[in-house]
Amino acid sequence: MNEAQSEAGLASTAPGSGSQPQQPQQRQERLQSQPQLQPEQGQHQQPAQAQRLVQVEYMARVEGEASLHVKIEDSRLQELVLDVFEAPRFFQGFLVGRAYTDVPELVSRICGICPASHQLTALAALETALGVEVSEEVRLLRRLLAVAQIFQSHVLHVCLLALPDYLHYPSVLEMAQRAELRPAVERALRLKKLANDLTAWVGGRAVHPVTAVIGGFTSVPDRQEGEALRERLAAAEEDVWVLLRLVATLCLPQLVRDEVEFVALVHEQEYPVNEGELRSSRGLVARPATYRAVIEERHVPPSHALHSYVRGRDTLFVGPLARMNLNWHHLPAEVRQAAEEMGWEFPDGNTFASIRARALEILFAWLESRRLLDEVLSWLNSPSQVERKVRPPRVAGRAGEGAALTEAPRGLLYHCYRLDRQGRVESADIVSPTAHNVANMQRDLEAYVPALLDRSDEEIALQCEMLVRSYDPCFSCSAHFLKVQIDRK
Amino acid sequence: MQESGRPRLAVYKLSSCAGCQLQILNVEDLLLDIAAAVEIAYFPMASRQMDPGPYDIGFVEGAVTSPEEIQRVKQARQQCRLLVALGSCAAFGGVPANKNRFAQRVVEQQVYQHPEVLNSVEARPVEHYVRLDATLRGCPIHPEEFLELVKGALIGATPRLPNYSLCLECRLRENACLFAQELCLGPITAAGCGALCPRLGRSCQGCRGPAEGVNLAGFARLLQEKGYERAIIQNQLGKYAAAAPGVALAMAALRWEEERR
Ligand code: SF4
Ligand code: SF4
Repeated sequence: MNEAQSEAGLASTAPGSGSQPQQPQQRQERLQSQPQLQPEQGQHQQPAQAQRLVQVEYMARVEGEASLHVKIEDSRLQELVLDVFEAPRFFQGFLVGRAYTDVPELVSRICGICPASHQLTALAALETALGVEVSEEVRLLRRLLAVAQIFQSHVLHVCLLALPDYLHYPSVLEMAQRAELRPAVERALRLKKLANDLTAWVGGRAVHPVTAVIGGFTSVPDRQEGEALRERLAAAEEDVWVLLRLVATLCLPQLVRDEVEFVALVHEQEYPVNEGELRSSRGLVARPATYRAVIEERHVPPSHALHSYVRGRDTLFVGPLARMNLNWHHLPAEVRQAAEEMGWEFPDGNTFASIRARALEILFAWLESRRLLDEVLSWLNSPSQVERKVRPPRVAGRAGEGAALTEAPRGLLYHCYRLDRQGRVESADIVSPTAHNVANMQRDLEAYVPALLDRSDEEIALQCEMLVRSYDPCFSCSAHFLKVQIDRK
Repeated sequence: MQESGRPRLAVYKLSSCAGCQLQILNVEDLLLDIAAAVEIAYFPMASRQMDPGPYDIGFVEGAVTSPEEIQRVKQARQQCRLLVALGSCAAFGGVPANKNRFAQRVVEQQVYQHPEVLNSVEARPVEHYVRLDATLRGCPIHPEEFLELVKGALIGATPRLPNYSLCLECRLRENACLFAQELCLGPITAAGCGALCPRLGRSCQGCRGPAEGVNLAGFARLLQEKGYERAIIQNQLGKYAAAAPGVALAMAALRWEEERR
């Protein structure tokens, strides 16, 4: 966005280099006074004839490491390679031979930020393979678990990862030291805790919940705790709105590619979380069982990541922005009104508008968890009846195949398993939201970088980092671990 | 320590799911107080401000699964006065060590069309490469235990981190024992979770790793006598702690016994 940003970035890219971040106040003013994406004159201007190599290496959080390599020659973009390394954990490999009962628990460990999403997707896929049906009560409890997870993950991203970026602080902890920001930080932390406690109420604990199993839940949530949560949820209204308004003050860069294909689940009655049909902004339709007929993966060395593509077309874009663009009319009226109040319109093709979609989904998650919690509490008037409805049935292992699609906080998630006669995994196929998005990130970067060429290398690197982070990729936090290598002829 | 007199904290990540680091951020009520009591000098997940070492306390999350990670864990040891394993991946190999049952290329080929670009080694716990000063168990860690450790370091007291069997905790809570119907790992697993799973109607899966002084081989034999197949016992004991030394020993004992019969 502006040079202030690149300076803040520089301070972190060269630890101990002595460059001091500016005072936040000053930065804020500059943030607002700078026109977006205007080439800046002055100290950052680059000599036109130079060949430049901008190398961004950052450590990964979940999917492994990611690096970015940009080659600029005679003020033209020559080459751009985004590489995501997968941490060598090989889930799909070591799941082979495991009993189906072990699977949800193991895949949970793919990601500590969205473990419930992996569990619930695996459960749905395995239940299809095993021919297990679940009750309406189980369906609702699972939706609450997933919504609480989206709630938590989005608050984490918006407050702890994105806001410090946009407001030019190294972290939320420094933000909290500013008297004018402290109340907002405290509100955000309170929201995060609330979302975590909701997850734990249904799942037993916030990270890697334990109660969701094939066919149901091993225990019923406690009524008294649920009532306390209801009170806390009601009291959190102001916290949600403060966060939303804070996001509305941000000045977002703009990147729109007309050819982009947004992909998300669409459900007839509700905003999609655990169920729905795959749809896209360019007419794609699929179900879990036909997913592989429309989405393919390519592994192109030397890249370490599998990249997803729509068969016969190009990349795809999943996540909160895609969900919002494709499901606008299934959002509660309050959420649509809030968007109007903030002056936001959807569908929005701007990649950077993802943070707005995320903020609106926080409001959605707050509303939806209140609705679901009330419903669950109403059943808990007769707990033994609920217990019967959610108690996991005895399931015998058998051969079969099942796939499932869900909306995890970061977007479309696919799991598919084939089981042998004893119910052991014969093959597993898992595509995470970040894996769906990587190739699209590359396309976005290719479109974004040419407009930045007359800025400094540091600023190009930082802008690219911001763009990638707006996807909230699983490696986003570690995008803070940034090395910039410049090579000029 | 810095001029401020506050101990400097670092959090490193190896092969892991980031859930244990997230548990540090999940102590929302106390997070700002902790940040005032210690200096969070290096914690990429939380802050882009990454101050160079040395640090007073370092937490390592994740198993060691690549040559680069071997270097990183050695560097962490050099940079930190106290080095702590953050969770079962770092302590026992955790979930990543499940791949060790297979030849490396076999698991790679399940996932990648061109595994030759990958560069990974068997998943090992941190202590396979460097000395540790303390271990926080769990998949994920318990936030209370993280606080206990940091408090202990601040006031110079030995943190209380239980390493006795979970059954003790479970019986004290008067849960109904599940061992008769299910494969519960409570007897050989370390306490400290409040017997979360048995309390919620699920048998213990062993996510906190083997308790101190337990007879793993004897327990494995007991399970076999109860009719569980060796592969199931192996999967279960190894789910979170495949690289804990006692586990390999117990499985070897079972195999020998089977061969003798
Ligand atoms: S121990 Fe469990 S929660 Fe912690 S990093 Fe490893 S897989 Fe994640
Ligand atoms: S349920 Fe498990 S942990 Fe609890 S007493 Fe029985 S065997 Fe031990």
